Amino acid sequence: MAAQTRPKRPIRWHVGVFLAPAVLVYTAIMILPLAGTLQLSLFRNVEQHQVFVGFDNFRTLFGDPNWSVNFWNALRNNVWFFIIHMLVQNPIGVLLAALLSSPRLRFAVFYRTAIFVPTILSFVIVGFAWKLILSPLWGVAPHLMDFVGLKSLFTPWLGKEQYALTALSLVSVWQFVGIPMMLIYAALLSIPEEVIEAAECDGITGMAQFWKIKLPLILPSIGIISILTFVGNFNAFDLIYTAQGALAGPNYSTDILGTFLYRAFFGFQLQVGDPNMGAAIATMMFLIILGGVCVYLFLVQTRLRRYQF
Amino acid sequence: MKTKLLTALLLGTSILGTTGMALAEDVTLNIESWRGDDLTIWKDKLIPAFEAKNPGIKVVFAPSAPTEYDAALGAKLAAGSAGDLITCRPFDKSLELFKKGNLGDLTALPGMENFSPVAKAAWQTDDGKSSFCVPMASVIHGFIYNKDAFDKLGIKVPQTREEFFAALDKIKADGTYIPMAMGTKDLWEAATMGYQNIGPNYWKGEEGRAALIKGEQKLTDKDWVAPYEELAKWKPYLGDGFEAQTYPDSQNLFTLGRAAIYPAGSWEIGLFNTQAQFKMGAFPPPVEKAGDTCYISDHTDIGMGLNAASKHAEEAKKFLSWVASPDFATIYANALPGFFSLNSSPVKMEDPLAQEFVSWRGKCKSTIRSTYQILSRGTPNLENETWVESANVINGTDTPEAAAKKLQDGLDSWYKPAK
Repeated sequence: MAAQTRPKRPIRWHVGVFLAPAVLVYTAIMILPLAGTLQLSLFRNVEQHQVFVGFDNFRTLFGDPNWSVNFWNALRNNVWFFIIHMLVQNPIGVLLAALLSSPRLRFAVFYRTAIFVPTILSFVIVGFAWKLILSPLWGVAPHLMDFVGLKSLFTPWLGKEQYALTALSLVSVWQFVGIPMMLIYAALLSIPEEVIEAAECDGITGMAQFWKIKLPLILPSIGIISILTFVGNFNAFDLIYTAQGALAGPNYSTDILGTFLYRAFFGFQLQVGDPNMGAAIATMMFLIILGGVCVYLFLVQTRLRRYQF
Repeated sequence: MKTKLLTALLLGTSILGTTGMALAEDVTLNIESWRGDDLTIWKDKLIPAFEAKNPGIKVVFAPSAPTEYDAALGAKLAAGSAGDLITCRPFDKSLELFKKGNLGDLTALPGMENFSPVAKAAWQTDDGKSSFCVPMASVIHGFIYNKDAFDKLGIKVPQTREEFFAALDKIKADGTYIPMAMGTKDLWEAATMGYQNIGPNYWKGEEGRAALIKGEQKLTDKDWVAPYEELAKWKPYLGDGFEAQTYPDSQNLFTLGRAAIYPAGSWEIGLFNTQAQFKMGAFPPPVEKAGDTCYISDHTDIGMGLNAASKHAEEAKKFLSWVASPDFATIYANALPGFFSLNSSPVKMEDPLAQEFVSWRGKCKSTIRSTYQILSRGTPNLENETWVESANVINGTDTPEAAAKKLQDGLDSWYKPAK
């Protein structure tokens, strides 16, 4: 009976037609290469022929200490790289956005632009500029620290095992702090005046207003920023490569998954590239990022409360 | 109108066609290379010299970027569009091409007798039976020093290690100059200009290198650890913040006259001659006692081979024989001071610094970098690890023994010497 009453809906061709360009382009330049990488990681080059070896490359990656030590080291460094970004970049981004959205701030547009400019600079420029700034020989950092009497605190950070990774993470923070700032700034601006006024009527002003009213309202944006940071950090490569080279010295202390993948895939100096092992590492990077994004989507985002105005 | 145009076109093509044929009587040889820097030298000096003697053969030097060279060459060889002559990287990269049948066998090429076995080793099969590239040039390691600084401080050129460190102490005590310009940031400086520079004196050059490949010696042996011990002693003589000093920083420190001694490769000569405003000299790595046999790293760096698929193999071989001749060596070595001909017949060079470097060949025994032949084929890669560990030793993060043990363990994990 119900079947009789419901009219047959025509096939909506236009949906497919409109989706097609995006689907085709995305498949051709993203999904196929990804599938190709996954496939490559299951093969091995034996006497100039690609031979299917199942998960042997992964067994080598985790079982052979020559590979696994480097892999875990790179992963550890990458996690530290991410932690610095989460602890430094995002809070500073929120803080800057909060300051920028304050109506009493003068030259807000100038600050906003100035802070965002490094983000659009090339990695190569940032890498070389900071290498020069921090250079113990010709850099401005030792002189500037001398001015304020802190010369004794200067060390060649990029050359010291214990500082190099943190220093580079902070350089990366400097470069990218504009992105969380802009996103949070936009989120703060979208909070309606009425909500703020209502809060003021209830006597919530100043810091309390930020913590109790504004922060909960921008939490979804902070969530998005965290996941962008996560994906960006675990894909990072360029800054380390330009500042420290492919061997990510000193003593592999700045080696992250990206540089490790680069050396394995393309080789370096006398080391001959091994695309199959490289693909295995790339697959691990893919799984790590996929896992992180899933955790966010299913555990964090579903619990974030959203407010509709 | 239309027919006129057509006739004109036809006429035009026929003329062009005939000129094309006229040119084809001359054989054109193309050279594949990564040395774009040498383009003018080839065009203005080397190729005219060859063409003058060999009418009917035209040579074109067609370089590609160093970073793209290996990949581009591989693709061209596979597609059959590669040039007739191929500039050879040393060791495994060229050996692989030979094994794939891309490079022709040149063992019997007239002119090959002009080279010593060490010179040919970079382009031979592991058993040394077939050669596939003509050695062109090598680079020699040693120390370049600031002559003005040495004169001012009254330092004589050190012959022994004791004198070497005494000189460093004296420069350090005076304080005008940084004793030694070297950094560990780029890692390879420590390995190439450090370990491979002073090492041959300890492991007795070829003798030690061959024993290492045969498995008779290990990197943990005294002769192989001792250079690390010496490197560790260099630390106090390096400039402030040497941990973050890059290779160009070191070059600048020296050419600006702020440092007295520069652990060098001879390829620096060209650049240093144009940049440094003071007189320079060079000395080989100091030996233990005066009168000891000295060993130098005379590393084969560049050669030239024959594309096995070349249509003009006879002409190409003619060219290669010329590359193996003293004529070529003289022009090449003088045009590029610091890239020394590997030819056994002595080459007369104008540049005094280059002359100094090459004069060591007469009194010292030559060897090549210990990690390059065979030993860097596996994972972990011995050459790369040597970079990291050499920097670690100078930075003080690893003791010489620990560094040597790491290297040997890494090597043991994949290298089984043929017994």
